[in-house]
Amino acid sequence: MNEVANTPQDFLPLLVIVVVALAVAGIVIVLSVLLGPRRELEAKSEAYESGIRPFADTRRRFPVQYYLIAVLFIIFDIEVVFLYPWATTLHNDALKKVSLAAMGVFMAVVVIGFVYEWRKGALDWD
Amino acid sequence: MAEWYQVLMAALVGAGVPEWIATAIALLVGVTAIGLVAPLIALILVWLLRKVISRIQDRIGPNRVGPFGLLQTIADIVKLLSKEGINPSRADFMAYNLAPILSVFGVLLLFAVVPVTRGLIGVDINVGVLYIVALGSIGIMAALMAGWGSNNKYALLSGFRVVAQLLSYEIPLVLSMLAVVLYAGTMRFGELAEQQGNFLGLGWYVFLMPGAALIFFVCALAESEQTPFDLLEAESELIAGFHIEYSGMRFAMFFLAQFLSGFVFAWVGAAMFLGGWQGPGVDLPGIGGFLAAGYMMIKTFAIYLLMIWVRGTFPRLRVDQMMSFCWKILVPLTVGLISWQMVVQVLDLPIPVIAVLVLVGNLLVMGIGLYAVGRAIRQEGFRTKRAFTPDSLIGTVQPVAE
Repeated sequence: MNEVANTPQDFLPLLVIVVVALAVAGIVIVLSVLLGPRRELEAKSEAYESGIRPFADTRRRFPVQYYLIAVLFIIFDIEVVFLYPWATTLHNDALKKVSLAAMGVFMAVVVIGFVYEWRKGALDWD
Repeated sequence: MAEWYQVLMAALVGAGVPEWIATAIALLVGVTAIGLVAPLIALILVWLLRKVISRIQDRIGPNRVGPFGLLQTIADIVKLLSKEGINPSRADFMAYNLAPILSVFGVLLLFAVVPVTRGLIGVDINVGVLYIVALGSIGIMAALMAGWGSNNKYALLSGFRVVAQLLSYEIPLVLSMLAVVLYAGTMRFGELAEQQGNFLGLGWYVFLMPGAALIFFVCALAESEQTPFDLLEAESELIAGFHIEYSGMRFAMFFLAQFLSGFVFAWVGAAMFLGGWQGPGVDLPGIGGFLAAGYMMIKTFAIYLLMIWVRGTFPRLRVDQMMSFCWKILVPLTVGLISWQMVVQVLDLPIPVIAVLVLVGNLLVMGIGLYAVGRAIRQEGFRTKRAFTPDSLIGTVQPVAE
């Protein structure tokens, strides 16, 4: 399809970019620490709560909906990870019928789960 | 590998440089260009946002530092660099300090694969779209770490909303991009642009898949934390959201990451739906390449300006509205769209018929989506009200009647 080779070497620049991007971000932080003043006060380092002294522990129990959404996201994210590589096989004439059937079954299972969750009220927010 | 890389390599090897040194030089040049161009673009983006929003709000905006206030952002950065970085007591040291670095890191990585013109793509890998999808999550992690690590209740609330909003909207975003990948059969940004070159360079996927493009735009707004989806940092509710405890340069890095992620989404949208660098006259010898790069930038900035326009004019959504819009409208619609498209494409039909069927599916998705939103608005009993009636003089400067 494309004469450009798909070798691991194609990804070598990405490795360099990872290093450079981390360096850029890190250097800025170090610069700001070096250039900025440092005058520590107890009141300054307290958490901001609209001018009131902070009370109680911050990390406490949180509503379960957020947890449900995160779990639901993982299911769909896995589906998406399968879908992307699969999407390119759909243009292969020998494979496309089989791949449609396979992905059809997989998507059906995910959709049934989604409908169940919707009916159970996991998506309602109040 | 992109063409610019091979040209540079050939020139260096031709000049008698050993091959591995030539490789290293070419890599460093390309990577440094990406690492420097991205923050420079951000300077323009911040200025553009402030200027446009000011005009929308009937103000002038920055106009003191440099011509048209163009250097205002540089002045701001110098100021922020000279500010103290506060370490809140009882904050999680690692999470708190790593979060701003990670957020910039994640966005800079995205700039590696977006195309400028034919042969001028940082790294034209064969899984370009998947790469964008995968690394888009790093920013979410950073926001979550900031929200959790700050030991601040507002920041923690914002962290919850990060989970709710950014995670949720990533699904329809990714699925709408999948619609394009399904049709094109490639995840390489270079090839995606090449395939949109029919009809004098105007065979853009936005005409074929308006539904997917619209969903992509809405989700891009949500993912880049723009109004109407700016619940993460809703000033009137959460003060500043997850970066409330950050000061100085560390705050600026969240700011930078937010601007750049909006811009990258505009760029990806332009590459996937607006034909990338395609346009009339890109195949002309000589000026064609410059025309192509110009088209790419014009399209990207057009989408970005549209985002700013939405940001300047829309009110904020409520959390429950935002969540039901994603899970009860966008996700079923995109899943339906993908299913329809995969069935259509497997049937042995001539290509024009497939195109028409895909278009029909997209129009159907748009119709159902708009109907559902309209019904929800009616149920909520919203009424649009004009902010300024012609006879209201409150808050405006009126010319004195002669």
